[in-house]
Amino acid sequence: MKHIIQKYAKVLLISGSALIFAGSAFAGKTHLTMGMVLEPPHLDPTAGAAAAIDEVVYANVFEGLTRINQNAEVLPALAESWKISADGLTYTFKLRNGVKFHDGSAFDSADVVFSLDRARSEKSTNAQKALFAAIKGVSAQGANTVVVTLKTPTGNFLFNMGWGDAVMVDSSSAASNKSKPVGTGPFTFKRWVKGDRIELGQNANYWGEKPALKSATFKIIPDPAAAVASLMAGDVDAFANFPAPEMAAQFQSDSRFTVKVGSTEGETILSTNNLQKPFDDLRVRQAIAHALNSQEIIDGAMFGFGTPIGTHFAPHHAAYVDLTGTYPHDTEKAKQLLADAGYPNGFKATIKLPPPSYARRGGEIVASQLAKVGIKLEIIPVEWAQWLDQVFKNKDFDLTIVSHTEPMDIGIYTRPKYYFQYRNAGFNAVIADLNVTADPKKRYALMGAAQAILAKDAVNGYLFQLAKLGIWNKNVMGLWENSPVQANDLTGVSWKN
Amino acid sequence: MNESRLSEFWQNSLQHRSFVIGLILSFMMLFTGLLSLFWTPFPVELLDIPHKLESASAKHWLGTDHFGRDVFSMLMVGAWNSMLVSVFAIGFGAGIGVPLGALAAAKRGWVEETVMRFNDFAFAFPALLTAVMLSAVYGPGTLNSVLAIGIFNIPVFARITRGSALSVYKREFILAARTAGKGEVRIAVEHILPNIGSVLIVQITIQFALGILAEAGLSYLGLGTQPPMPSWGKMLSEAQTMMFFAPQLAILPGLAIVFTVLGLNLLGDGLRDILDPRLSRVR
Repeated sequence: MKHIIQKYAKVLLISGSALIFAGSAFAGKTHLTMGMVLEPPHLDPTAGAAAAIDEVVYANVFEGLTRINQNAEVLPALAESWKISADGLTYTFKLRNGVKFHDGSAFDSADVVFSLDRARSEKSTNAQKALFAAIKGVSAQGANTVVVTLKTPTGNFLFNMGWGDAVMVDSSSAASNKSKPVGTGPFTFKRWVKGDRIELGQNANYWGEKPALKSATFKIIPDPAAAVASLMAGDVDAFANFPAPEMAAQFQSDSRFTVKVGSTEGETILSTNNLQKPFDDLRVRQAIAHALNSQEIIDGAMFGFGTPIGTHFAPHHAAYVDLTGTYPHDTEKAKQLLADAGYPNGFKATIKLPPPSYARRGGEIVASQLAKVGIKLEIIPVEWAQWLDQVFKNKDFDLTIVSHTEPMDIGIYTRPKYYFQYRNAGFNAVIADLNVTADPKKRYALMGAAQAILAKDAVNGYLFQLAKLGIWNKNVMGLWENSPVQANDLTGVSWKN
Repeated sequence: MNESRLSEFWQNSLQHRSFVIGLILSFMMLFTGLLSLFWTPFPVELLDIPHKLESASAKHWLGTDHFGRDVFSMLMVGAWNSMLVSVFAIGFGAGIGVPLGALAAAKRGWVEETVMRFNDFAFAFPALLTAVMLSAVYGPGTLNSVLAIGIFNIPVFARITRGSALSVYKREFILAARTAGKGEVRIAVEHILPNIGSVLIVQITIQFALGILAEAGLSYLGLGTQPPMPSWGKMLSEAQTMMFFAPQLAILPGLAIVFTVLGLNLLGDGLRDILDPRLSRVR
């Protein structure tokens, strides 16, 4: 009997200490594994348009003069403070002292001049050169002061400097940032296992308050079913943009998880090659707009998550104009327009679909909607790297579906060589006007005018504003609920005790 | 086969339980597939999103999927699609494999060595790998899955043809045919093939079942049949993230695959027992 009691006591003791151990291990957790659907093509945010780049490195590895928080507010980052001249043309940035890049070299005014000049130079490969278009000159005044002069007063210049595309880089490592990013942020790049994960470690010499997390892994999981399984099994702690909206209710009812539906800057559009026949004909694009039924696409592809849009602008923005009624869903009208354009029996075309479920599923629905008016689409699924190469770079496509997640990106329509190849001098004039206007009221009017032109020209099929469906372990605190910029800012993330 | 042997064959067959079950299941699939060409309860390309994820009802016999498509109609078209891919793939594999195997058995020597080593090489590439390679170059599609499954089947048929043919070549009537002055091709066609026919028929039935499985696997991975054409494998992969609230979407195509493969395997087993008298005596 005594023997048995001893045995039980032992078991109890062992299991008890195991529990305590498990508890303490949990409280001290300083690693986060974040799942993401698309793998970044490289890791230099100043040289690529893919959101996945910023989603790994923004605020974590790289920092800019300013930074943007989850409420779209501009905060000081590497610039500790700034003064703006009365005419709004001169910005004097005071830089933080004692900041070092991950490779040990010091960050000073010369790096700012280098970074900004590199981004706005002729040869720059920056995906958002418009951010720097207003800059006339950048000069250093001593090691810790930089003066930026503008051609015209630019209302959102400080916001622009907070983009991932405007981060500060070091001249000695700028060329190799694509594979081995070196920034000033609280996390350092550790390694990238292509096709699987990107690991970040702690920057022991970080200038600011050190984040609660000491390391992070970005795990690339393109398959929605695998995403569900990895969250359920705990292999992944969080998905900032969860790819299987049909599972949201399931996760909501599961006490282990937090589900947050927020807003993104992602206008999800049926991108149309405006130079390709027959899409160069306005009547054909109008017919497509009439044939589309956005609500059906939101319900079918996103299980209700998303807001219909009528133009390339985020509905939560104050300057948004509701243009969803420009070309209401009307199959008869669409057929009529096609007949007017010389396609009474419709035509055949292709639609290339990148991996995210909004595109793959949305594409099937779009194909069925266009089939009803006689446009027969061949569905071609493509991988993300192929999409960037074939569609985005080489413009080899008829139609595609993609979400444009940059904030305030209506300016992309002024670029004649942008992949959907829209060219309209009238629109360019409105944007040029907007760029030199500082008065908020006039700016809103101009933004409204720009939105109306795009809606009228039916440049692309405007489907819906992507919702940000974030699902994570309920003990993870501080992840962004909205995405005003493309980012997974881990600096404020911690594990609850 | 003359008339009395044929009636004997049917008599034997109908007493064989697994053959009968296999035959019924296979015929059901064939019938469903053929019927889908002329009639389905709903057109499968019709998306009806307001009626998505409905459960079984008088209108939608097996309910609807996440796009509001009729699941029963999709299963019907899927049956035709599976069959079509499998028939062409096995046809391709047997069409090349059988002559190669016969050639190897007839010529022996270095011809046999070359053919069979080539087959070993081809055998090392599973259908999946071939399909991945093909779709990397030409993009995914039904034709690619036919080719991938077909290529995988060449060595299967080449081996079994050679093996069976070799044992037939040792028989006296081949020697008799040679003495009578018949050429190699005539001997192969008139004497070898008829004598290994039963083995081939059994193998074709079994490979057909494997072909259906492989097609489902490739479509599941997105390498086979492309939307909007429904296929069982694609239905399975689409249903994965909905397992928690609509398990029937995964279970139904799963059952379709199980019953088809089971039916073909039972048919194959039964055929082997019936066509090979030596085995049936042992039983």
